[in-house]
Amino acid sequence: MSTPQSPMPQAAPPNWQAAAGPSHPGYTSPIPVVRTHLGHALASEWTKIRSVRSTMWTLGVFVLLVVGIGLLAGAAIAANASDGDLNGENPLSFGFFGLLLGSMCVITLGVLTTASEYGTGMIRTTMVACPSRGRVLTAKAIVFFAVAFVVTLVSASLVAVAQVGMLDGAREPSGAEWFKGTVGVSLYIALLGLLSLVVGSIIRHSAGAITIMIGLVLAPLVIALFMFSESLSDLRQALFEYSIPNQLSVFYSNSLTDSGPSGWDPLWIALGVTAVAFAGAYALLQKRDV
Amino acid sequence: MRSSVACMIELEGLTKRYGGKLAVDNLTFTVRPGVVTGFLGPNGAGKSTTMRMMLGLDRPTAGDVRIDGRHYDRLTDPLKYIGALLDAKAVHGGRSAHNHLLCLAQSNGIPARRVHEVLDAVGLTAVARKKAKGFSYGMGQRLGIAAALLGDPQILMFDEPVNGLDPEGIHWIRHLMKSLAAQGRTVFVSSHLMSEMALTADHLVVIGQGRLLADTSMAGFIAQNSRSYVRIRTPQRERLLDVLHEAGITAVESGSGVLEIDGGKPERIGELAAQHHIVLHELSPQQASLEEAFMQLTAESVEYHAHTDTPARPWGADWQKGD
Repeated sequence: MSTPQSPMPQAAPPNWQAAAGPSHPGYTSPIPVVRTHLGHALASEWTKIRSVRSTMWTLGVFVLLVVGIGLLAGAAIAANASDGDLNGENPLSFGFFGLLLGSMCVITLGVLTTASEYGTGMIRTTMVACPSRGRVLTAKAIVFFAVAFVVTLVSASLVAVAQVGMLDGAREPSGAEWFKGTVGVSLYIALLGLLSLVVGSIIRHSAGAITIMIGLVLAPLVIALFMFSESLSDLRQALFEYSIPNQLSVFYSNSLTDSGPSGWDPLWIALGVTAVAFAGAYALLQKRDV
Repeated sequence: MRSSVACMIELEGLTKRYGGKLAVDNLTFTVRPGVVTGFLGPNGAGKSTTMRMMLGLDRPTAGDVRIDGRHYDRLTDPLKYIGALLDAKAVHGGRSAHNHLLCLAQSNGIPARRVHEVLDAVGLTAVARKKAKGFSYGMGQRLGIAAALLGDPQILMFDEPVNGLDPEGIHWIRHLMKSLAAQGRTVFVSSHLMSEMALTADHLVVIGQGRLLADTSMAGFIAQNSRSYVRIRTPQRERLLDVLHEAGITAVESGSGVLEIDGGKPERIGELAAQHHIVLHELSPQQASLEEAFMQLTAESVEYHAHTDTPARPWGADWQKGD
């Protein structure tokens, strides 16, 4: 061990006490101080979401599934339907299959938006840069919701237009049906993604949160399918009606049953659940260490 | 232009408890501008936890940290007050260096041109568009430092910045920290290596098991803790001890036939030995290392704790191995 290099001479300690005086040490930066707000966090989250490949992958596969399956379904039905088969059918309803599969991609992207920051350690950098944790979560939620909604709306509208064109035998959908079959389902899918984002923030683990969300989407329906006991028929009915695939099909005025959610109910249900989960995630974020 | 009130970090009774374990125990000290303050302690002493609390990442169980007189979460553009290198891996590997810095700049309203400036300052301009996961450890560390410098802050905080760096990188960081302090900034740097601190720090805060052990200037620490002594080996140990005793010099045996004389002058001892025809095999002035002084300091804190909470392994046994 060598002798340390010239330490500060004891006789002349830095003049800390005179900190308020003109000759105090201290550094003045030329960068102006800004009172930051949600807009800054939104810009930051937008940069984040567009600068990772997983966003392009999940959304790319999503568009491929929704548009691809939508067009395939339209073509298959158009080829096999004889005259009169489609009488009174809403041609928009065949967009359902692609969206149901595609929702898995939106769920994945939603979870990754929050949970991947915990996996990589980026969350520490993020929270140091923006100590207002609620603002970070809010900005993520807004940016993700906007991206998911726009991408879903574009894909679903494309499929809807194509199917209405392909299926000559079907009736012309009403304005309300058009609105529900495009804007309505897009809001629903984006909300499902937002719920995944919130679950990702609570679970802080990508694989775990994705598993929970896929379970939430599929488990009730699958369990209900095998619930043969007569004594459980009420529960079975409820599981069917409130399963997410069935709620999604409500937007096309198709439901497994005549009771249960109808009209815009699925959207309000999803909104309520997501709001509660968001409030929980918000509170946990304030309380927990990063 | 911001007001030029000197930026300090003030800790007051800072305490963090994880379950039953007290990670940080009632720390009170102040980090001042214009000097490099070393934050020293063995691994697991609570350095990182303390720094995380300073940055608002962990909530203190008790006590308070203030940056520039305010709580960290009251700073709306904290990167302009304090830049921190916590660990090089706090980065999304799929994002390029440029985009990583850009999203941080945007969140604090820092102009985008600063991204280019700091990339240039740390020498990463050539790989600005490359993904962070392809970076070597040293490059990751440079990216972390670029993020810390982004807001041109008055306070800089580095957690073990030289860990895992090559000599060139270590030299660069040392120089950087000194020049930042020379500009009047507050520089707070943690390490578990006393030797590293001796080269860079002007002021020293030492903790062990979460407790404050020393808060002193480097010069003061050296004056207090560096012991100089003369080391002697001789085949005629008994005779030499007698001679030294007559001359009023106290020698201490330190095993394997070695004698140590605290504060002794080698010239005088050599002359005494020659007068009495005593053969010497070794006569050498020695300086106890600061590393030893540091180990002794932290070891004492452990002995103090041993009654209530016996550590599973001897303290200080592993702290030299690096992280």
